[in-house]
Amino acid sequence: MELAAIVLLPAAAGALCWSPFGRRFAAPITFASAVIVLALALSASMQAARLGHFDAAGGWLTCDGLGALIVVLVALVGTTAAVFSWGYIRLRSRHAAPSKEQHYYVLYNLFLMSLFAVPLLANVALMWVAVELTTLLSAFLVGFEDTPEALEAAWKYVVLTTLGAVLALLGFLILYWGSRVAGEPPFTWLGLVGAAPRMPPSLLWPAFLFILVGFGVKVGLVPMHTWLPDAHSQAPASICALLSGVETTTVLYVILRLFPVVGGAAALDARPWFIGFGLLSVAIATLLLVYVQDFKRMFAFSTVEHMGIILVAAGLGGAEAHLAAAYQMTGHAIAKSFCFLAAGTLTATFGTQEIAAVRGIVKYAPFSALAFVTGAFAIAGAPPFAIFISEFMILKAGIDGGHYLVIGLLAFFLVIAFCSILFHVTRMTFGAPRADTATSVAPVSCGIALAVAAIPLVVIGVYLPSMFQGLLRAAAAAMGG
Amino acid sequence: MGMNSSPFPIISALDALTGSLFLLTALGVLATRQVLASLQFFIAQSLLLTLSAALLGVALNSPHLLAVAAITIATKTILIPWVLRRTVSAEVYRTREIERVLNIPTSLLVAALLVVLAYVIANPVLAAVNAPFAQVNLPLGIAAMLLGVFTVAIRREAVPQLLGLLAVENGVFFAGVAIVPDLPVIAELAAAVDVPVVALVVGLLTRRIHLRVGTTAVGMLSSLRER
Repeated sequence: MELAAIVLLPAAAGALCWSPFGRRFAAPITFASAVIVLALALSASMQAARLGHFDAAGGWLTCDGLGALIVVLVALVGTTAAVFSWGYIRLRSRHAAPSKEQHYYVLYNLFLMSLFAVPLLANVALMWVAVELTTLLSAFLVGFEDTPEALEAAWKYVVLTTLGAVLALLGFLILYWGSRVAGEPPFTWLGLVGAAPRMPPSLLWPAFLFILVGFGVKVGLVPMHTWLPDAHSQAPASICALLSGVETTTVLYVILRLFPVVGGAAALDARPWFIGFGLLSVAIATLLLVYVQDFKRMFAFSTVEHMGIILVAAGLGGAEAHLAAAYQMTGHAIAKSFCFLAAGTLTATFGTQEIAAVRGIVKYAPFSALAFVTGAFAIAGAPPFAIFISEFMILKAGIDGGHYLVIGLLAFFLVIAFCSILFHVTRMTFGAPRADTATSVAPVSCGIALAVAAIPLVVIGVYLPSMFQGLLRAAAAAMGG
Repeated sequence: MGMNSSPFPIISALDALTGSLFLLTALGVLATRQVLASLQFFIAQSLLLTLSAALLGVALNSPHLLAVAAITIATKTILIPWVLRRTVSAEVYRTREIERVLNIPTSLLVAALLVVLAYVIANPVLAAVNAPFAQVNLPLGIAAMLLGVFTVAIRREAVPQLLGLLAVENGVFFAGVAIVPDLPVIAELAAAVDVPVVALVVGLLTRRIHLRVGTTAVGMLSSLRER
């Protein structure tokens, strides 16, 4: 029951925003829908943590620990970004036709619907369609600002991620073929894990590679990441929070689902591919972080880095590493969306995204400065935030498993990325103010959104409710650890 | 290609002929100088995909594949050209040369290598599993798919890139009709609806880029990069 409502409520909210009613009330409708869906998501996740796995809507929808974790993260970021949008989107569309703001909320709700559909749809072929919808429904949100740069970013986003999705489609068709050969199990993740030992490895292997590379485009794995910093820096900050915080994670979720499937075939080993793509992404993103000149691009590169870290953790294998991967996904979604909301508040205040043009934030906007520094520490992995703990867990799991080279390289890049982010952020926050700085006051909703988003950011680092620990363990179990 | 061992000799021969023409149209989408010709090659390619799906549907007695044939002809030869005419008709119907990164002979040389690569990818799969028409459809579908990716990479303008993207999709479905003739209809329908939506979104985006930037040479848009 909850599962169907989680997918259908955003669709209904989108339709309501589209109606004449939405001309005035699109923002409150979106907010109300997001809050209700968040409550439903929390209730579904408790059920998933307790039961391990349950179906709904006649078997069309399904939910286990990993799926529930993604749903909760999408619902959480969907709520804070909706609060942020309230004033921010009105500010950004004040010179445009009134319908522009209304269209934003229609697409915002439909985009959320597609993000919920990916982890909840039971049929893997339909799940592919949902992933494809996430791109198509967010294309005009990425191009919302209507500047040449924003349209360029939207173009690259749609063409490259759709190209990747079609390559992944061939992978899913081959996977379906393999499951027919293995005795026609239902085409669900559970069915595939069960059938994997009977599937011919020569089918399972190309299917895995096509999906890894094809959906790797959308996750932003190096070398398929080129579109990501453009889209994740040109979209409005509320959309960046969704793209970077949860859209990447939602597609990475699909790749993680393949881990137990491929692991079921004795002849195959996906781990070197996970670790290889993961380390490469971490390494290149770290280099780009050193030289970055735009603070929204900085957080975008950090997303590439974090996707790499999670993939390495998944590739290390074992219950400890997979628990760390689930925790890292949680920490990243919460911290990265917070960082983009803080960055959006700064662009509204200073009117620029250039790192060099923003100095002495603490003097002009002390509250934004506090949020920006907090977000930067959280995403860079400083204690007492969750990412510090999850990265520590990953390093420990790797050392316990004897992966000294992998862990050495990972730790090396993590330290450089940490220093780069904090170097840029402290210069911006505490540097001597420039003479030519002109500021305006950011909308109130930006401050409210940051205050609300700060609660989970701070809490999950110091205290994990036992119910949430259960959810993380269930998620790790679904990854095959 | 093991055609003698096939239980459907005539239909296999027809399918092989369809497959070769299918690959030729993929080369057409890749190498023509005019946008309209590129679109016509795409429509021809979609018709050949329809034909292959119908042939296999008859041979395997599969209503699924006949549904795929009907969906393909409706979406790709009618709906997509209509969508493009509505959104970017000036781009498609104005006769002029398309800008490209590589010249045509070099492109065709790379295309030949990609076809070889497609067989390298498909052979181990075909050696392990026996499916009646996969011997023809899988390697040629993968080849058309790779040619489509290459088209997106070397075209610098919006509509030709979109046609490359749609050709990739055709390639995947050309392989798909042989390897999964019994994919649930709902999945086929959803995937089929996806394609015109891609065309619509990309077409609308192209129109907006044209209005805002004054060109659709998307390859020339490069203000976003690391300095």
